[in-house]
Amino acid sequence: MENPIFGLVLGLCPALAVSTSAANGIGMGIAATFVLLGSNIIISALRKFIPDEIRIPCFIVIIATFVTINEMVLKAYFPALNQALGIYVPLIVVNCIVLGRVEAFASKRRVLDSLFDALGMGVGFTIALCFIAALREFLGAGKILGISLLSGFEPAAMFVLAPGALLTLGLLIGLVNYWQFKKTDSK
Amino acid sequence: MDIGKFMSIMISMVFINNFILSKFLGLCSFIGVSKETKPAVSMGLAVTFVTTMSSIITWLIYRWLLIPFNVTYLRTICFILVIASFVQFIEMVVRKTSPALYKAFGIYLPLITVNCAVLGVAVLNSEVFFDNGRVLPASFWMSALQGFFAGIGYLVAMLLMSGIRERLEFIEVPRALKDVPLAFIIASLMSLAFMGFNGLKF
Repeated sequence: MENPIFGLVLGLCPALAVSTSAANGIGMGIAATFVLLGSNIIISALRKFIPDEIRIPCFIVIIATFVTINEMVLKAYFPALNQALGIYVPLIVVNCIVLGRVEAFASKRRVLDSLFDALGMGVGFTIALCFIAALREFLGAGKILGISLLSGFEPAAMFVLAPGALLTLGLLIGLVNYWQFKKTDSK
Repeated sequence: MDIGKFMSIMISMVFINNFILSKFLGLCSFIGVSKETKPAVSMGLAVTFVTTMSSIITWLIYRWLLIPFNVTYLRTICFILVIASFVQFIEMVVRKTSPALYKAFGIYLPLITVNCAVLGVAVLNSEVFFDNGRVLPASFWMSALQGFFAGIGYLVAMLLMSGIRERLEFIEVPRALKDVPLAFIIASLMSLAFMGFNGLKF
């Protein structure tokens, strides 16, 4: 599976910034999946009407519309989550995953295909985000989703701060690479 | 504007809240372009220029267009469009007027449109310097400065990172960690070092 974060190193800024706790990771994952799904469907439906020369601005406007919808829904129904995600919600617009998928896939395929592509990518993104977030929350605060797991475990606060995010991601990508090398070597 | 405010914005944006190392904005280009010093610095300069200019433009739009018509929720759409067209415009001007400059950072300009740092600083300005639609005093100059120093912070991180990565080229590292993963680990150590600035207060 081409996981957007581990495989392609895309969409990093939100992945690192909001993955301090598993709940935030899930929230951000769902928000990004929604944007991906909406813009993929609309753009693939409109692909015959969008002129090739100005396609990028068109894509950006459509994506930005969905991000704005997202922002308003979050503000209205999940104010706490909105507070936690902060400026990273509007920044979904410039998330490379969304623009990348739209450009590489949705602008060339049928609506149904794009829908499933968006779902797959979105779920992959959410899983990776949750994984990083859960790992960081466990190492940095000794909890997952707010529930303490081990009693004798001394959490290292560094992991919920900025350096921990970069370190966790670096080591995880290294691990994924290691597995891939192992697979190709044994063939 | 007094010198204290100026200093506090500068120290805060360059060291304490460095966009790359503590806010993760502009990380994609940071990892992608930091393999050699020269392109890294050109990219940093281009980003500084664009963040400064787009801070000014988005401030004007937010203050005189979005607030009077009470449509601040259109912020994201407006900002990204303005930034994208501004970058396109700059690219055309630079290509026409100075081929040397275009060669130096022209190819990095389109990349900047989708750099989170640029939109990030615009959104941050509209949140920090406006109090729910009310304009705070001197906010125009402060957002311009915040944009400028955000870019400088990016440049500093870029310069440090590319210097380190150039040396790493000749060192044997585990195959699985080569390139991107190692870059993240270095960034993590740099970010740890930059956390030392946290105590600075004015």
